[in-house]
Amino acid sequence: MQATPTIKLNMKILLSTSFIILLHFLAPAQTMLFTKSGTIQFFSKTPLENIEAVNKEASSFLNLQNGELVFSLLVKNFRFEKALMEEHFNENYMESDKFPKANFKGKISNLSAINFSKEGVYPCLINGNIVIHGVSKAIDLPANITVKQGKVIATAKFQVKPADFNISIPALVKGKIAEQIEVNVNAHYEPYKK
Amino acid sequence: MKFSSYLFTCLLSTSCVFAQTDDLSTLLERESEGTDKREFTRATFKTTRIVNGHSIENVSAGVLDFRISHHFGTFERGLYDMIGLDNATIRLGLEYGLHERVMVGLGRSTHEKTIDGFTKIKILRQQEGKGGMPVSLSYLGSAEVKTIAFDKPWQNNRFTSRLYFTHQLLLARKFNERISLQLSPGLVHWNLVPEAGDPNDMLSLGAGGRFKITRRVSLNLEYFYQLPKFRQESTQDAVAIGFDIDTGGHIFQVFITNSAGITERAFITQTLNKVSKGELLLGFCISRVFTLRTPKDFR
Repeated sequence: MQATPTIKLNMKILLSTSFIILLHFLAPAQTMLFTKSGTIQFFSKTPLENIEAVNKEASSFLNLQNGELVFSLLVKNFRFEKALMEEHFNENYMESDKFPKANFKGKISNLSAINFSKEGVYPCLINGNIVIHGVSKAIDLPANITVKQGKVIATAKFQVKPADFNISIPALVKGKIAEQIEVNVNAHYEPYKK
Repeated sequence: MKFSSYLFTCLLSTSCVFAQTDDLSTLLERESEGTDKREFTRATFKTTRIVNGHSIENVSAGVLDFRISHHFGTFERGLYDMIGLDNATIRLGLEYGLHERVMVGLGRSTHEKTIDGFTKIKILRQQEGKGGMPVSLSYLGSAEVKTIAFDKPWQNNRFTSRLYFTHQLLLARKFNERISLQLSPGLVHWNLVPEAGDPNDMLSLGAGGRFKITRRVSLNLEYFYQLPKFRQESTQDAVAIGFDIDTGGHIFQVFITNSAGITERAFITQTLNKVSKGELLLGFCISRVFTLRTPKDFR
């Protein structure tokens, strides 16, 4: 008669423990997505010259539970068609020795509209903060979240103004660098494993 | 009691895990730690020359550099010579990056109608951060052919008498964004020297540096010391001071020097103007680069 409650209690403990242990393992794995190879491209188009650069080493985290999203990249990892452009980009405009990284931190505003377990393309809006050249600026990005074959892909296209980030362009080259730079983001996420 | 406290502990530890993963920025910071590749120091100098002499910089792989260099005449005769502009030595050069470590160049200079060819090879490259390579080291080898008519046509002149060779080691360090310094020990070999007592191998030690004044303008200094006994009599050490101006599309160098020649043999071993007598001249160089081959990791 005395043994039964102990067993019951033990069963309870076992069940709850295994449930919590399960949470430990499952929860972070399922809700956190990560990539080290996000692609950030930018384009500057003027009648005089088109400039294009690509960075394939952007890191990003996406938290599926609350829609939080971060991006970070090394400015030096942007590759250009012309070596002199790359040098000027780092030395004269971005000052990448002083400001080695560019970041974005934001949150998907309509997270409930995205069903991560169902294939499809989900347009969304990400409100956040972008830091370029040491200058932080609030920005709203229209983005697409694509769920395909169990993978999550984030893409976004937006414009930035060098002037907003304290990047001065001398009068001599003003005609060659666009006032609005188009930025394309593409991140293929994988489940985050510690 | 026991059970609930156990459950509480379990839940607490779970929420701890969530709390840790909550701040994505911290997580991202931690995840990218150590994965940052060691970067090579870039832009130790703005262009491939400090003033007259070669800098540690190469043109990038697949890039062609067209250089137009002028050394005018000395200032001495004032406006009569338009402060020297009437007497110019000109070199036109085409220089190309074969590989990220190797560049080659070909030039034609009016000084004794000289054609020069060179190769510059990066042996060591300075790296950013602690524990990285502290200096850059390059080798420069150049050959010059003097094509001007022999001054003693009656004697048996050989083609080899027209040849000159230069070997230099370039050792440089970018100390910070503004200051870079370089040492360039070298040997200039003359196949034929003017006098029987002149050495054929002339040794020199070049020293140069830059101070970046703004993001686009730097002040450059350069001095080539010729070792006694390994120099021709009455030649002077070459001195130069100038500015590099980066206009975006090209690099413009403007400077004052005492050397009339533009190639290694000419400015290191043939400079005759005395700085102490104010025998200086104005020079400039325009470097315009063209990308012939797009880097592989672009796109």
